[in-house]
Amino acid sequence: MIERRPGLTILSHLVLLLGVLIVAFPVYITLVASTQSSLQIAQSIPMSLLPGSNMIETYRVALFGGETAAGSHIAAAWPMMWVSLVSALVITIGKITISMLSAFAIVYFRFPFRGLVFWMIFVTLMLPVEVRIGPTYEVIASLGMLNTYAGLTIPLIASATATFLFRQFFLTVPDELVEAARMDGAGPMRFFWDILLPLSRTSIAALFVIQFIYGWNQYLWPLLVTTNENMYPVVMGIKRLISGDAYTEWNVVMATAVLAMLPPAIVVILMQKWFVKGLVDTEK
Amino acid sequence: MAAISFKNIVKRYGSGKTEVQVIHAVSAEINDGEFVVIVGPSGCGKSTLLRMVAGLEEVSSGQISIGSRVVNELEPAERDIAMVFQNYALYPHMSVYDNMAYGLKIAKVPKEEIRLRVEKAAGILELMPFLERKPRALSGGQRQRVAMGRAIVRQPQVFLFDEPLSNLDAKLRAQTRLEIQKLHRELGITSLFVTHDQVEAMTLAQRMIVMHAGVMEQFGTPEEVYNQPATTFVASFIGSPPMNLLRHVPGTPAGSILGVRPEHLDIADQGWEVTVEAVELLGAERLVYCKMGSDALIVRTQEDQRAPQVGAVIFVKPRADRMHYFDAETGKRK
Repeated sequence: MIERRPGLTILSHLVLLLGVLIVAFPVYITLVASTQSSLQIAQSIPMSLLPGSNMIETYRVALFGGETAAGSHIAAAWPMMWVSLVSALVITIGKITISMLSAFAIVYFRFPFRGLVFWMIFVTLMLPVEVRIGPTYEVIASLGMLNTYAGLTIPLIASATATFLFRQFFLTVPDELVEAARMDGAGPMRFFWDILLPLSRTSIAALFVIQFIYGWNQYLWPLLVTTNENMYPVVMGIKRLISGDAYTEWNVVMATAVLAMLPPAIVVILMQKWFVKGLVDTEK
Repeated sequence: MAAISFKNIVKRYGSGKTEVQVIHAVSAEINDGEFVVIVGPSGCGKSTLLRMVAGLEEVSSGQISIGSRVVNELEPAERDIAMVFQNYALYPHMSVYDNMAYGLKIAKVPKEEIRLRVEKAAGILELMPFLERKPRALSGGQRQRVAMGRAIVRQPQVFLFDEPLSNLDAKLRAQTRLEIQKLHRELGITSLFVTHDQVEAMTLAQRMIVMHAGVMEQFGTPEEVYNQPATTFVASFIGSPPMNLLRHVPGTPAGSILGVRPEHLDIADQGWEVTVEAVELLGAERLVYCKMGSDALIVRTQEDQRAPQVGAVIFVKPRADRMHYFDAETGKRK
C-alpha cells in the first residue's frame, strides 16, 4: 500500500494487535497458571491473571515429580522430555538424510522406473498418517518394536514432503555445475557431499525446524506404540496429568506444558535466520 | 599437449521414429598446440561436438582421439582436458581458491603443489587479490577469469571453451579475447573454442571449423574461410554484411551463383546497373542497399565518398579477382 491514511494505519494495527492477542493470550494463561499454586487456581473463579508466587515449587514438581500439597502423585517430566528430544532428533535427522538421498537418486540418476518411483513417493503425500496407522501398528508390533525408540521413530521417518522439497531444489541447481564437477573428477557421492549438501544448507535448516516440531509434537503414534511409562513422550505426559487421580493439578499441567513448549521454541529462535532464508532464498 | 582427431563423428538423439541426427560425419584433424574455433549459427551442433570431446555427451558413432588415445569411452576426468563453461559454472559456496583447487584436490595432488599451481594461475590471470572471495562477490569478467584459472591449474592436454565470452559486455569481450590469445601463446595448449560470433572466430582462430546443420562446411584458416568460402553458407555466414549471392548476373555460367563481398564492389561510371534502395552510414563506412533485377546486393563504400541518392540508378563494378562462383544446386564452390 502506498497511501498513508491515519485511519487505515490504526485499523491495520488494531487487526494485528487482535491477532497477537489471540495467539499470545493462551500462552500467557499457561505461564501465569504455572506460577500459582493449585489451591489458588481452584479457589479464584475466574482465574487470576497476575503471576503467583509458587513458581519454583511448581516447576520442581513438574520436572522431577513427587507428591503435591493436594496429595496427588506426579510423574517426573524430564525423562519424558528426553524421550521426546531423542525421537524428535532421530525423526528429523532421519527424514532429512533419507529424503535428500532419495531426491538425489531421482534427480541425478537414470534408472529403470524412475518416473514410477517418483510418482509412488508423490502419491504417499495424499495419505495422512492416520489412514495407514492400523497396518503400520501391525508391522511395528510384529517386529517387536513396541516401547522402543525404533518403534517411535522409524515409521515417521519416510517423508514424501521433504523428498519433494529437495527434488525441487536440486532441479534448480544448474546442469553446468554437475558437468563442471564431472570434469573435475568428482564422482556422484563426492558431488553430493562437496557441492549439493553445502548448497542445500538453507533448505536443510528450514526442514530441520519444521520436522523437529513435527517430531516433538507427535501424540497419536506414541499413544499407540508405547505402553511403558519410560517411553512416554512429554506430550503424552501432559495428557496423563489432566486425567489424573482425583484432582487435576492445573499449575503442574501448565508448567509441564511450558516445559514442552521450550525446546521447539529454542530451535525456532536459534535457526530463525536460516529458516527464513531457506524458505525465501533464491540465490544459488 | 596433444592433437585431437575426429573420425566420422555422428551424434543421434532418440531412437526409432523419433531419432534425430544432429551431427553428420564430421572428420577433422586438429594439430598439437593449435587454437581452433568452431563457429556456426545456434543449433548447428557446435556445442554438441565440443561436449562429445569433453565426454559430457556420448558419441553415437565414429572415433574421437586426444593424443594417441581414443577417448570415446573415457570419463571426462580421465580425458586430461579442462573446460570453460558459458555460465562459468563456479561452485557458489567455495572461495576462488577452492574453486580452482577442487579438481586437484580430487586428483590427490599434494597440498603444497596445489597452492603453487593456483597461485601461479592466479598471478597470470591477476586474481591474486580475490582468492578468498566467493564467486558472487566478483564481477562477470573476474568470474570468467576464475573459470579459466580452474582450467589452467589442471595443466590439461586440451582446453575446451563453450562460448565463454557471450555473457560479457562488448568492451570486456574484446579485452578477454586478447587475454585468451595471450594465454594461448604462453601456454601453447591445444584449444577448441565454440562461438556463434564470427568476430571472435576470425580474431582468435588459427584455423576455424564452420558448421551448419550438423555438417562441417569448411575447415581452414580465417583467411581461407574469408577469401575462399567453400560453400554459399560459409560465404553468407562469415563477413558482415554477408557476401552478395547473385543468381542473375549476365555472363555467369548457367547453374552458377556469383558471390561478391560488399567491400569488393565499387561505385563506378559503368558496370552493373543497379537501383539504390537504402543507404546506411555506420561511421567509417557506408552501406548502400541496391537492387539489380531480382537480386539484392549491398555495396560497402568509405564514408568520405559521396553518398548516392535513394532511388537513383548507379553503376557498380566488382573487382575481377574477388569474384566467387558456387554451384546453384549444391552450393559448393566451383
